[in-house]
Amino acid sequence: MDELDRVIVNALQGGFPVCNEPYREVAERLGLAETELIARLQRLLESKTLTRFGPMFQVERMGGAFVLAALAVPEADYERVAEQVNALPEVAHNYRREHALNMWFVLATETPEGIPAAIDRIERATGLEVYAFPKLKEYFVEMKLHA
Amino acid sequence: MPDAALSPNPSPTGGRGERTLDELDRRLIVATQGGLPLVPRPYHALAEQLGLAAEEVMARLRRLLESGVIRRIGAVPNHYALGYTANGMSVWDVADERIDALGEAVGRLTFVTHCYHRPRALPLWPYNLFAMVHGKSREEVEAQVKQIAALLGAECRAHDVLYSSRILKKTGLRIGS
Repeated sequence: MDELDRVIVNALQGGFPVCNEPYREVAERLGLAETELIARLQRLLESKTLTRFGPMFQVERMGGAFVLAALAVPEADYERVAEQVNALPEVAHNYRREHALNMWFVLATETPEGIPAAIDRIERATGLEVYAFPKLKEYFVEMKLHA
Repeated sequence: MPDAALSPNPSPTGGRGERTLDELDRRLIVATQGGLPLVPRPYHALAEQLGLAAEEVMARLRRLLESGVIRRIGAVPNHYALGYTANGMSVWDVADERIDALGEAVGRLTFVTHCYHRPRALPLWPYNLFAMVHGKSREEVEAQVKQIAALLGAECRAHDVLYSSRILKKTGLRIGS
């Protein structure tokens, strides 16, 4: 990742325009050619510096639900349980964390009823109790990181 | 005539800001949840794929942005690739009647990327305030956690920091087509 990649990542963490030629508009603002911007985005995605480029959705605003949940997984079963949890399309991301509750994942479902259904499937597949931590109130969300 | 039929924005759960998505919105979400096409006219490419006019695609995206269904459009960086290898979920036990004021204050700290009130799960989990902090080293995260601790002062009864040591999955939202 070079300096120009950093400029692109920092400039594009939101506000990508909705217009006929959005890449050209952004490229002009950053002082580079449209083809260069597209090529660099392609490369940043391929190298997994970016996980995605596109709209970020707020599932609650679609009538869906988004819930943080955790499991206390015995070390010997960790890989198996990770596979079982990750196999559900409702699991949007999943992290190992160092705590008795050592697997933390986010369930994103199209309807609120999808959450207990997904929890039930995980409990039956893994034999472990799912701890659900639905958000009661959001104080701040701004996932922008300086590259 | 039943009043509900006149409601411009029927919402089964009645939450603020929610709107019902129609079939075209859903198709648009399915088509873009993996990312935008990397071509000079991405919205035209989407329109072609969906059999719609480009103007319609753009109008719908603008509406979804306005209503908050789309939070924003842009790049989602991989924290690790940017050097943010220390990602700590700091969790705090504070009095329920004080949590809103404290949560707002913690959320205003520049290094806090997400801040939520969530339920406790006693006895294993006494914490009700969650604040995600990201740093390029554990030391940086620890210094940030100290700042939160200083801000909460005696109002914090217990706290912990859970570092993520491995990404097991990261795909973001996926809805069915």
